Amino acid sequence: MRRSTRLAVFAATLAVLALVPFVVPGYPTTLATEMLIFATLAMSIDILSGFAGRTPLCHGAIFGVSTYVLLYYVTVANGNVWVGAALGIAAATLTAMIFALLAVRTSGVYFLLLTLALGMVVWGVCLRWTSVTGGENGIRGTVRPAWLGNARVLYYFILVVTSAMTAAMWRFVRSPFGLTLAGIRESETRMRALGYDVPLHLFLAFTVSGFFAGLAGVLYAFFNSFVSPSTVGLEQSVEGLLMALVGGVGTLFGGLVGAAIIISLENLVSAYTERWMMALGLLFIFTMIFAPSGVLGRVREALAGNGKPRT
Amino acid sequence: MDRRNFMKAAGAVAAAAAGPASIPSAAAQNGPIRIGLLAPLTGVVASGGKEMVEGFNLYWNQFGHKVAGREIEVTVEDDASNPNTALEKARRLVEQGNVQMLIGDLLANTGLAVAEYVKGNGVPYFIPIIAADDLTQRKRIPNVIRIAGYAASQMPRPLADWLYKKKGIRKVVTVSQDYTFGHEQCGGFVQTFSELGGKVLAQYWHPLNTQDFSPYLAQIQAAKPDIVYAMETGADGTRFIQQWANFGMKGKMPLCGSMNLTDQSIIRNLGSESEGILSAAHFCEGNDAPATKKFVAEYEKAYRKLPSLYGFSMYSGAMWLAKAIEGVKGNVEDRPAFLEAVRKVVLTDSPLGRPVRLDEYGEPVYDVFIREVKKRPDGKYWNVPLDVYPNVSQFWHYKPDEYMKQPPYSRTFQGIKG
Repeated sequence: MRRSTRLAVFAATLAVLALVPFVVPGYPTTLATEMLIFATLAMSIDILSGFAGRTPLCHGAIFGVSTYVLLYYVTVANGNVWVGAALGIAAATLTAMIFALLAVRTSGVYFLLLTLALGMVVWGVCLRWTSVTGGENGIRGTVRPAWLGNARVLYYFILVVTSAMTAAMWRFVRSPFGLTLAGIRESETRMRALGYDVPLHLFLAFTVSGFFAGLAGVLYAFFNSFVSPSTVGLEQSVEGLLMALVGGVGTLFGGLVGAAIIISLENLVSAYTERWMMALGLLFIFTMIFAPSGVLGRVREALAGNGKPRT
Repeated sequence: MDRRNFMKAAGAVAAAAAGPASIPSAAAQNGPIRIGLLAPLTGVVASGGKEMVEGFNLYWNQFGHKVAGREIEVTVEDDASNPNTALEKARRLVEQGNVQMLIGDLLANTGLAVAEYVKGNGVPYFIPIIAADDLTQRKRIPNVIRIAGYAASQMPRPLADWLYKKKGIRKVVTVSQDYTFGHEQCGGFVQTFSELGGKVLAQYWHPLNTQDFSPYLAQIQAAKPDIVYAMETGADGTRFIQQWANFGMKGKMPLCGSMNLTDQSIIRNLGSESEGILSAAHFCEGNDAPATKKFVAEYEKAYRKLPSLYGFSMYSGAMWLAKAIEGVKGNVEDRPAFLEAVRKVVLTDSPLGRPVRLDEYGEPVYDVFIREVKKRPDGKYWNVPLDVYPNVSQFWHYKPDEYMKQPPYSRTFQGIKG
């Protein structure tokens, strides 16, 4: 896609997103806010799975750690919300670093299982360390500052932050470092032969991915005012990964599309039946059969195949 | 770039980003009264959740869906026994479904999450099943009222008292699900028991949805208590009773538990394993008070099973709401007046067979029965009353102010004396 085309699409997307609270105020705006938060999570997962070729199942834990730290800091330790946010992001990044140290020398299904196990360790801690995390009850409390109290204002705040983060992630994966990651994804042995320190690159990619997941976690604390062990559990990690997959792994923006599709579907289908999880499952099956590269992946292939000159 | 691709891209994003359009807001005074019913239809306590819906709907089916000239519309949402989901569904009911009130939820953690949410927007939230103590004690929220419900620590205290005084029990071990409801039930039990002079040998806590109780059963056997108090709800309760029998503990060691352990939702699916288990509750389906017998017969006719605590509580909750709505002549939009009416209701025709009213803290006062699981002539198992403690409030013998000075029950504070 040419640069001007891409910029036009960005602008269009941003315009549409900016209009949401006016066109569909109320509950759909709340849903859109949620979509943006989970899009950031999905995109952070995509940095690792799409660009570095290592699929993680622990980002729910990293995301949730940041939410827990912020909520704890503000509601229990009575701290400042912005300091709490910084601590949350730091905690998430640190968690990602620890996971990375343990996992980068593996790949494929072993990486998947190892990150799954590490995520579950975090879940276990959040469940059992009742005195700090509240156990099954979780931690609740409104942490967002008063000026973000209005749903519309919150939406715009999250839109601005998410856009900035998306731009940052985009620059990151398009940088020479990002291209190295792509190389590692294509062939690790070749990159090693060329002299690149593969484990170090993966470690850094994992850490950066954790940083963005932590940021999404802070936004989630603002939005939800509540966290419980299910936020750091396997389900959350899987949902984030699936958003990246459905949207298109390796496209980065697939995260946004995937989050939008899955959250819309969840809400639409569960209005009609309890068995909305089945509908979601069917969606994933069809995606894997008919569009394994995800929605955006398909769009890209279709556009690439279109050899006609543009007018 | 050409216009076509621009429009395609924008269209695709807009379609993906916009959820279902919102329903036009604010119904007129004469429109239906929309009640949002949250219940765990899936997850560890799905058995109880389904009965919540059945009990609630039974009332409206019997007495009609109209109160004070307005239609009653009940929207049911599944909270999946998970606090995050409960919060999402509560948000959806209030913001998209425009309900005038919320009712339901089963697990204390789901109730606490939703209570925090309604604290912010003032929507009336009624919790006949959620028994988290603090919602009617230290952390009272004006628009959260426990109609037809009970506080977790309210019921086990008479049981502890009865076991110490009437059965000579001196040493006890508790095993419980590790969340607020468990902490509070056990806290109520062990505080009363230890204040009478009994000894608490050990307390075991396990996560919700524990599949295998053998580590705990082995430790319990080793501790050799006079009785075991088991606080279990839902599928955990079923598994516990089965494994208790399989382990060979049945008959060798007495077992008592929370009313949820011997609730119909669990024992109707078991057989003789549940026979003889003691518990304490305000509702006893084997009670031969005429109002109770009538309710049990009607419930059995409608759903072909004996009513559980969940069915009974939601039925009484619906009755309570109907009375309150009549009290404000259908004007539920006037929230302060409506909440006041709810607080003033005295339920004279409840299936308990005696009037139920709230104390000043918004919590009902009950006669508590000590119950035992016995076999009916037709082969089904149910709870029959052995004894009764009249007028038990959430504060037992304590003065409210003094009681609230002690911290809420938690894993670390169980009120054990000495």
